[in-house]
Formats: sequence, C-alpha cells, structure tokens
Amino acid sequence: MRFTLNGRPVAFAGPGSRRLLDVLREDLGATGTKEGCGEGECGACSVLIDGEVVDSCLVAAGQVEGRDVVTVEGLALQDGRLSRLQQAFIEHGAAQCGICTPGMLLAAYVLLQRTQRLSADDVREGLAGNLCRCTGYTKIIDAVLSCTK
Amino acid sequence: MVIRLSPSTVGQSVPRHEGAAKVTGAARYTDDLAIPGAWYGKTIRSTVPRGRIRSITLDPEAFDWGRVVVVTADDIPGDNVVQLIRDDQPVLARLGGEVRHKEEPILLLAAPDRATLVEAAQHVRIEYDTAVPIFEIDQATEVYSTVEISKGKVLEGLEDVEVVERTFRVGLQEQLYIEPQGAIAYPYRETRNGTRETGVTIVGSLQCPYYVHRALKRALNLSDEQAVVIQAETGGGFGGKEEYPSIVAIHAALLARKAGRPVRLIYDRHEDLAATTKRHPGVIKHRTAVRKDGTLVSQDIEIVLDGGAYCTLTPVVLSRAAIHAAGAYSCPNVRIRARAVATNTPPNGAFRGFGAPQSLFAAELMVEHVAERLGVPSVHLRRKWMLRLGDTTATGQKLTESVGSELVLDAALKAVSVVRPSGRPTVRRGRGLSLVFHGSGFTGSGEKKLGGTIALEALADGTFRILTASTEIGQGTKTIFCQLAADALDVGMDKVILAPQDTSLVPDSGPTVASRTAMIVGRLVQEAAGEIKERLQREKAPIRVEKSYIQPDSIHWDETTYRGDAYPVYAWACTIADVDVDMATGEVRVTDLVTAVDCGKALHPVMAEGQIEGGALQAVGWATIEEIKMKDGGYQNDRLATYLIPTALDAPRIRTILVENPYSRGPFGAKGIGELPMDGPAPAIIAAIHDATGVWLDEVPATPEKVLAACASR
Repeated sequence: MRFTLNGRPVAFAGPGSRRLLDVLREDLGATGTKEGCGEGECGACSVLIDGEVVDSCLVAAGQVEGRDVVTVEGLALQDGRLSRLQQAFIEHGAAQCGICTPGMLLAAYVLLQRTQRLSADDVREGLAGNLCRCTGYTKIIDAVLSCTK
Repeated sequence: MVIRLSPSTVGQSVPRHEGAAKVTGAARYTDDLAIPGAWYGKTIRSTVPRGRIRSITLDPEAFDWGRVVVVTADDIPGDNVVQLIRDDQPVLARLGGEVRHKEEPILLLAAPDRATLVEAAQHVRIEYDTAVPIFEIDQATEVYSTVEISKGKVLEGLEDVEVVERTFRVGLQEQLYIEPQGAIAYPYRETRNGTRETGVTIVGSLQCPYYVHRALKRALNLSDEQAVVIQAETGGGFGGKEEYPSIVAIHAALLARKAGRPVRLIYDRHEDLAATTKRHPGVIKHRTAVRKDGTLVSQDIEIVLDGGAYCTLTPVVLSRAAIHAAGAYSCPNVRIRARAVATNTPPNGAFRGFGAPQSLFAAELMVEHVAERLGVPSVHLRRKWMLRLGDTTATGQKLTESVGSELVLDAALKAVSVVRPSGRPTVRRGRGLSLVFHGSGFTGSGEKKLGGTIALEALADGTFRILTASTEIGQGTKTIFCQLAADALDVGMDKVILAPQDTSLVPDSGPTVASRTAMIVGRLVQEAAGEIKERLQREKAPIRVEKSYIQPDSIHWDETTYRGDAYPVYAWACTIADVDVDMATGEVRVTDLVTAVDCGKALHPVMAEGQIEGGALQAVGWATIEEIKMKDGGYQNDRLATYLIPTALDAPRIRTILVENPYSRGPFGAKGIGELPMDGPAPAIIAAIHDATGVWLDEVPATPEKVLAACASR
C-alpha cells in the first residue's frame, strides 16, 4: 500500500487494518507522532490527512492509500530550518516535556493555514482536541497567536 | 565591578536546550527507540482487591507456552521487594501469597509480537481466596506513619474566643503525564569500549535514575556497576515518575533476563490510569480559636491521608502535609496530628505538591470560615495573620530571609479589577483568593542525608560538561543548568554541554522532586563552575570538580520532635480565581486566574511562568473536573474518555506575576517553585464558588453534582 508522507511517496506492508500510528512509527520510522491514549482522546498522535487533523490511532492505515499524510517531521522548511510556528513554540515556551508538541503543532498549523485572523478563543477551540499537562496552554496560545501577525 | 566576557544568560529566556528536538519530532522518548529483536512485555494483574493467590494456571491445551516467556515471583534473583521506604511492596505477588489491591502485579509475559502477547494473556488463569477489603479511611486499622507537631498550647474555653470547626475532604488525582509509563530492559550492560558484560541496562521514562538503580540492584541482585539506568526523553512526570518507574524497570529487567533479549514494557493509557499511583486523598479537620478582633489564638488540626495498599512514599507525603497544615500564618499555639493509613486501594504516591496541596486547601478555606464568622473580609485576616520576616512557623522555624507573603498578596490584588456580573441569567460569578507557601527542597534533614552530588568538567577542547542525575521532564533542568554554568564560568552557553542522565556516567544528584532541582542542585552547578573558573586561571584543562550538598550550620532540624528548620526556605504565592457557576447545571468554569509567585529569582522567566501556569491548571483540574470514582477498590473511570483533564477550552487565561525576592543560598537568589503552583488555586476556586453562590463545598473536586446538591440543600 502506498501514500505520500511529508511530500515523499512511501509504501508499507499490510494488513490495511493496522493503525496508521503504528505504520508511521514502526514501519516508516516517523516516531515524532506519539501515542498518548490510543483512544482518540489526547491528540498526541495527530497527523494531517489531506490537510485535516486526524488522530492516527483511530485510522486504519488502509484508509490513507493514495492520500497525503503530514507528520511533525514534515513541518520544517524545505532547507531544514525551523518554520515560523516551530520557532514560536520554542520562543514562547510552548513546548515543555514535548510529548504533546508534535500533535499540537499540527493542529495549530491547520488553524493558521485556514486563516490568520485568529482570536485567543479561536485558538483554544482549534486546539481543544490536543491535551497538554505541562503548560496550562497559555504559552501555546501565545505562540500560535504570534504567528498571525 | 565585574567585567564579563560573555553576556549573562541568567534571567534571560534563552531557547530551551532540547527545544529544536521537541518541535521537529527528533526527540527520542522511550517508545520511540527501535530495538531490533526486542520483545514486548505485559503485566498480569490482580482482579481482586484483597485475597490470597490460590492458583496460577497456564492452560497447556489452549496455548503453546514455548512461544512466550513467563516470569513469576520465583524468577526474582534478589529480594521480592520494591526498594523504597518500607519493604512491604512485592515486585510480584507470589502463589500462596496475598494481594492487597486490584491491579497488583502477579505475573509477567513477553512475546515477539503484540498479538502473541495478547493471546497468551487470555490463557492465564488466577484464582484467589478473597478476603474482606478495606476501602474507607475510617475503617482502616493499619497506620503507615504519624506526625505530631506542637507549638505553644492549644487553648480552649477562654473568654471572648470564637472557635470555628470544619472538616475538609480532598480527592484522588492522576498525574496524567501525556507519555505513559514505560521502560526498555537489556539483559546486559555495555562497557565504554562496547563489550557486553553481566548486568542489566534500563532505558526509561523516569524522574529519578538512582531510585530505579537502587530498586533494580536489590530485586535483581546486581552490583552498583552491573545496574545501569538511563533516562530517555521523558514526557512529563509530576511525581508520577518518581517511584513508580522502579516497578516498570524491574519487571522489564526480569523479562529481559529470562528472555535473553531486550524487552519493551510500555503501558497503555488504560493500564497507566488503572494501576499507577495517585495523589493521596484525605480528610482534614480544623479547630481554630480567634479573638473577636481577629487575633489568631490557636490552630488544632487533624489530618488523615489514605496511603492505599502499600507504603510507597506515604510517610514523606504525610510529613510535608503536616508541616504545611497551619498555612502561611503565624500562630502562637498550634497542634497538628497527622496519620496515614492503609486501605485496599491501589497505592498512592508522589504527585506535585506532595501532601501540601491537601493540607493547604484546608488551611486556606479555614481562613475563609473564620472571616465569615467574624464578619470581616478574609484578606484582612490574611494580612493580620501571615508569616512575615522574623516570625516562626508551626515547627518553630524562624523565617530569616526571603519571606514574600506580603509582596505576593499585594502584587496579585493589584493585578485584578472589580468582578462584573456574568450577564447570563443562570450564571453567577464570584472571586476567591488564597495565600500559600511551599518549602523548597527536601524536608528537614533530607538534603543532608542525601548529599546530592554533581560534577563539572573543563575539557581540553575548551568546552565544559555538567554531570548530573537531575532529569529534564519538561520543567527546564537542562536549560537552566547550562545557564547557571555558563554565567558562573563567564562563557557562552554554546560552550556548556550536559552528560546524559546515565547512572554509569553521572553521580547521584538526588531525585528530581521536591522543588529542589534548580535551587539545591543548581546551586552546586553554580559553585562548581565558580571553582573551575578560578582554577583555570592557574591550571590547564582537563579539570574535574565534584560538589556535594553540605547543609549550612544555621539549619537545625529535629526529626523526632518535628521542631526546627523544616525547609531551607519557602516560596510564596497568592492566587485570585474568578469563576462562573451555572446554577442550572452546577458547572464551574474558572474564567480568570492570577497568581503572583515569589520565586526568589526567575532564572528563566518564560520557563518559570510555564511551571506556574501548568501547575495552576493541574490544580484547576483537581478542584473542578478531575474526579476518580471508586468501584470495588478499583478506579471506575480508568480511561481518558472518562477521566477528564482540562483542555484549552476549559482552561482560563492564567496570568503570572513573578516576584523576585532573592534567597542568599539559592543560585543567583532562586528558590524552588515546581510544586507551589499546585497549592493555591483549589482553595481560591472553592472560595470563589462560595462568593458566587453563597454555598461552601469544603471539598474538591467541585463537580456539578456536588455543586447542585450543595445549592439544593441550602
């Protein structure tokens, strides 16, 4: 089975019922995507499928055949430098233990792709599917808002 | 005037040491490590809360047991004990032996793949002779420990004295680090030149490498050298990865040893919630005597904490609870009687605050109740009662420096404006305030006994290497240590590197707990750097300096009488919480939270704020939505779908005010603040609910059911 991961074509062996999360982490070495609960509650395993944020622990890998998947490994710029959003996460202290960070970055990335006109409440709503236990969210929201200006 | 060659970084919010790795996905947490040939491990646990194991059957008809590795108590080469305080907790319950709680580990399995593991687990049958379990504190008969603190005489029956009595209850709470517990064990250790020797290597998600090291040595009968413990990147701890990782590591090691290959033992969220330690629940009774003019005459306090089925760190948690129980106030007569009891619920353990959030919750609400009785604003009483420079605490400790009580109270009050009505017919708005203190570092003689050690090396290539067992768990240890060393050496941060947290390389700096890392261990880093800088004026690298904590002569503590200097210093916080209470649904929403914190010196302001905001939200969760429901000695809501923690939508905007009030023995004046932010929000929220509704809850969490019931019975 084939799909596009961070702009590159990849293939994996079936069965297609395997979790996308496991295929990413175990077959393709993309361990930036984390497992926090395995039940679609925490968002640590968030990835983008055709531009939509999805919990990869709830997706059968067969469902992404021919589609476009983006993980945290795909967020840096082409030349390998950090994106503005990644920089903002570091500057604002939005990553502490870092385990929720990959999923949080992807959820924030989608928000910023849709519109740059975001209020703090919009950001809260957009990130409500991604749990963080370290920051209290304040610094994460500041980091995302800093990318709207 | 000192002329610096490099710009100072202390006090600057420099980029996080491992920040780039964390935002690119490059940081490697335990489960991210790919190990060819490693097997998967699983723990088979008790399904009853109390009983004796009558039989363990591996059905030979149903499954080919040659496909897996099975470990029981008989496979433990050392002591069947999880090394901590009391030798009561077995590594694995044995056949014929007792189980004391649900989810107690009995048997371990390892298999080459997960499917085989799941299949094997289905064919393990364990039978029990059950006994009557004890779940309630007031039915408990076994006492883990007691603490008694006495100052002056608790006065009674005096003329013109008001006596106010209240009972407070606090609930269980899960740490809920987003990365579940996990360890990978190798049945050997690797020497520096790459050869494999007898021993065990653990790579895991953990706060305290040397706690795991000690536990591993004891259970597997290994020498210091044979046991190697390495911290992987760790996705949160909050105390939950203080003592529990010892169990995970020993289990993984037993499996690896028997399988003759590496074994991964990674908990899923359900297992982590069901089996690992929680914050101690408890009941706290206060009896406070005051004069009509508000003078505090005496405090009589009784604390009972539920330790669960094994002792773990309970006596130390109880000690911290008792020492903080009188609150941040000066009272001439205090009696605190505290005890921790055993029940047949899963063991409770370390969690940010370590008993202090429980006892301070009661102490702060007691101020509210006394103020209500006297008909004065509670903030007036706080100003009248609060500990100031020169005052003595309940243990008789005279506060001689860095007492920020008034500073934080003023700073927080200045940051808020008047409360406006919610504008919605069913929603009432209210405000509450709390004032707390929290001892930084280990209690009493703890730091002296521990003698935490670090090393700093000046290397021939002009770089400097910090060797410490203090771990990075999100709070910023790595960044702050590099800042401290760079500033004290007067070099750029790019010249400072950190050795990995690997027990074969770094000395025992003590555990990463108790708000001690920046203040106690950071100070050692600063001192070592200062010494190296001086020696480099006359010597050439390489130079290695080791520094161990030496207790200043001015600190005196008597462990038997609980008199003296309970902590080297205290950090202080004032929290103001605004809440909306929906009178139709009982839902409590914290809409604004301001917290002013006396941290001594903010070594890294953004990280200091991050600690405070994260701790405050954890406390908001404890106070409002984080409820664990018990059923037959187990946790009923042991999944993330049913145990809820605050999301970005539930969280208020948290406004942090850092107050700098230097402490002479902290690095550049810093005090520990890791736990303090967990203390203040809960009582402020309950006071705010009262302000909004006129109802006192006296317990956390203030769930919608409890709020509605309290309003209805009014």
